[in-house]
Amino acid sequence: MNSKKPCILAISSGGGHWVQLLRLRPAFEDGNIVYSSVKPEYQSDLAESDKFILISDATRWDRIRLIWMVMQIIYLLLKLRPDVVISTGAAPGYVAIRIGKLLGAKTVWLDSIANSEELSLSGQKIGRHADMWLTQWEHLSRSDGPFYFGSVI
Amino acid sequence: MAFDRLVQSVDCWIKTQPSAYGFAQVGPGGYQPANMEWIEFASPDLFRKKLIQADLVIAHAGMGSIISAQQYGKPIVILPRRANLRETRNDHQVATAKHFSDRMGIFPVYDEKDLPEVLASVPIGRAMEPISSYASEELLTRIKGFIHS
Repeated sequence: MNSKKPCILAISSGGGHWVQLLRLRPAFEDGNIVYSSVKPEYQSDLAESDKFILISDATRWDRIRLIWMVMQIIYLLLKLRPDVVISTGAAPGYVAIRIGKLLGAKTVWLDSIANSEELSLSGQKIGRHADMWLTQWEHLSRSDGPFYFGSVI
Repeated sequence: MAFDRLVQSVDCWIKTQPSAYGFAQVGPGGYQPANMEWIEFASPDLFRKKLIQADLVIAHAGMGSIISAQQYGKPIVILPRRANLRETRNDHQVATAKHFSDRMGIFPVYDEKDLPEVLASVPIGRAMEPISSYASEELLTRIKGFIHS
């Protein structure tokens, strides 16, 4: 049995996505966790011993920034080789899960609780790729995913 | 992102509350209040400090604001941004306001003209139990189980 601590990359864009990611912290115990998001100030939300990697913010409407963000995430994943990639969205998480999957990581998408009436667009698209595909609203869950196991608040 | 419709309404309202002190994060290029202290973007540390000091939070219906207020046990009045006013890309904030309206400490308002009335009805200063710092037990267990499987 492999008792090595799994390396977990927890990545999200800013605002509510980051706040929700932090509320999952107890799930990352017993793992080597690396956090990644889009504002340097977010480091102050973490313990001093927590590792934080800054990446550029981008949305699907900004091609150039998106390409730069993708390159940063590819570099991060090749360097880190995480066992698990988990994200609460949006675009950085989508990219990290797609690439993480190609590199053999287990992947988790938790759609933001802000999407109460339908899944986010990236949440819909990631379904085919994420190993664990989750929504935080029971009425949005489906028999073959996304699944509902609770919410961050 | 600026939300002038909200900041302007609160700025007007607070003028009628002589004993109230207001602090506003107005966003880049946002409306500059005349009756409140303001900053374009508050660092997480400053935001936390102001949140701890606050008796009431008034914000857009964004999950970051809602969760932060709830984590510190502060009542929050939320005004959703609207797509038709080009305040955001779609009306998910309106949906958020509706879905969270039955939670303790969350007070939605859908029209900024109703803000003074809603603000008058909020139990400001009454101690509220902060929510836990973490997600639901089951969600955490499932994710942790998957990580170690």
